[in-house]
Amino acid sequence: MTILIQQIINGLQLGFVYALIALGYTMVYGIVRLINFAHGDVFMVGAYFGFYAITRAALPFPLALLVAMAGCAILGVAIERIAYKPLRRAPRIAALITAIGVSIFLEYFTSLRFVFGPNYLAYPRPFAVRSFDLGGGVTVSTIQIVVFAVAVLLLVALQLFVQKTKTGMAMRAVSFDKDTARLMGIDVDLIISITFAIGSALAAAGGVLYGIAYPQINPFMGIMPGLKAFVAAVLGGIGIIPGAMIGALIMGLVEVLSAAYISSTMRDVFAFGILILVLLVKPGGILGSSAQEKV
Amino acid sequence: MKLRAGTIALLGAVALYAIVLVAGLTRLLNPYWLQIFQFAGIMTISGLGLNIIYGYTGQFSLGHAAFYGIGAYTAAFITKSAAAGGGMLLPALLAGAVAAGLVAFLIGLPILRLRSDYLGIATLGFGIIVKVLFDNSDAVLPTLGGSRGMTGIPKLTTWTWVFVGAIGAVMLVRNFVYSSHGRACISVREDEIAAEAIGVNTTQYKTLGFVMGCALAGLAGGLYAHLYTFLHPMNFDFLKSLDVLLIVVLGGLGSISGTIVAACAWTLLLEGLRVVLPPEILDWRLVIYPLLLIVVMLLRPKGLFGGNEFRFLKPEERE
Repeated sequence: MTILIQQIINGLQLGFVYALIALGYTMVYGIVRLINFAHGDVFMVGAYFGFYAITRAALPFPLALLVAMAGCAILGVAIERIAYKPLRRAPRIAALITAIGVSIFLEYFTSLRFVFGPNYLAYPRPFAVRSFDLGGGVTVSTIQIVVFAVAVLLLVALQLFVQKTKTGMAMRAVSFDKDTARLMGIDVDLIISITFAIGSALAAAGGVLYGIAYPQINPFMGIMPGLKAFVAAVLGGIGIIPGAMIGALIMGLVEVLSAAYISSTMRDVFAFGILILVLLVKPGGILGSSAQEKV
Repeated sequence: MKLRAGTIALLGAVALYAIVLVAGLTRLLNPYWLQIFQFAGIMTISGLGLNIIYGYTGQFSLGHAAFYGIGAYTAAFITKSAAAGGGMLLPALLAGAVAAGLVAFLIGLPILRLRSDYLGIATLGFGIIVKVLFDNSDAVLPTLGGSRGMTGIPKLTTWTWVFVGAIGAVMLVRNFVYSSHGRACISVREDEIAAEAIGVNTTQYKTLGFVMGCALAGLAGGLYAHLYTFLHPMNFDFLKSLDVLLIVVLGGLGSISGTIVAACAWTLLLEGLRVVLPPEILDWRLVIYPLLLIVVMLLRPKGLFGGNEFRFLKPEERE
């Protein structure tokens, strides 16, 4: 029982990191219907920005987090303007292919020696790591507390932003119907850029937390977490913000629990197996509505 | 007498085959480059498979490498355990194609009900599951080597095998898409509901397209296994599925000519950059490649051929 609770805490830690990445996927998909394959690499760049902010600039952790988020917000908007915007009227697959291109570019460009370099780097711990006993042998570390706190704070802030502010309302309107939104006087291009900026900033936060929690980074670290976060977004119902959080927590828990109790080499089989099962039973995802196509 | 486009193409193909064969035998073309040419042919076969699935039938698949891998492992397992020399290659290749097609049939029945991106994600998940199963395959069949990779596969793939396979795949796809069955597949791509309304059995044709395409991937996988004689689960991961998708989209969805040109250009460009770039900026190879990819997509969003064909791949016009 102790082990189970401990593993659930570990699973939530991973799940919250996935949630921060998954939100960017789900927001971008909701608004431009694009699977942004480069998002996992933005997450990686965020981890590196945080790394340099902590080591080179010796910034305290909250400031380093903000620097990484701001840097990636700019990167996300730049990617959108250069690689995706010219293809908005083209077949959707064309933008998907450029997204793959941007992904490969970010991985190999940052691998160059004068950028981040190809090697694994050990991530610094910007605060003292201690463990607290919750009773019965279950422990929670300061790292886990920080991951939970930062993730929940950002998730709540995002939810408030999207539901309560005027810009958030414009985002929802654009995702609902782009042309009508434009007729209502919404600057659609601006809203899309804001969406990319927010999504990329959240991924950067995820990257910094990931670096602290699993202290090793390299230019290819974004591929698998990116993929799993994307799958989490689909699992919860793509385009739906709470869905991405639920999906991500499920993915994190399934991954950690199947590694602990069944087989650590087979854990991806369970994570992706659940995805396929959910899609077959409820094609729109857990929170999604499966709208009937009108003829 | 006016030569038909098909005759000219046939002569051209035979000439290409002969030139590469002779150049390979006389060492004008070193074995490394001969291998690259063979790999281009293999990518053509695999790409044509995905083109049937996505380009013609409109079913978005992100798990193509899984079927490629199933074909590769099946064929390699047969030749390695038979150890009877070259005679086993053809049965092994066919078995690889059949195995890939069979798995595609079983997985396709449930998941082909999903549409567009959701189907893509389900196939992506399936591809990752298959890769993890390859990683753990040695627990069941030690011959497959699991995550250490499968070694000791006889080197049986030759330029002739690849060339015959590629020409066979081109003819198969070309004749299929201009047959009534191919037309039915295209109607599913254009509008599934309308196709169903005029009496096309959409489930049947989606499954047919998917199984055929995956069987071609399996065939390509078998050739690949006997070309490089070493298989590793990493060779069949999700990124390899994206490579095939890149080729098919770059060439133009629903264009056989496009897939052929893009598969050859993609393979030769990636290797060619290795030769052309000076050693000090060789690291830039995989930086330049995605930039080219983005530029091509920005300039030609519908792919190089945009659904058009070389004349010899089109049916003859009737008076």
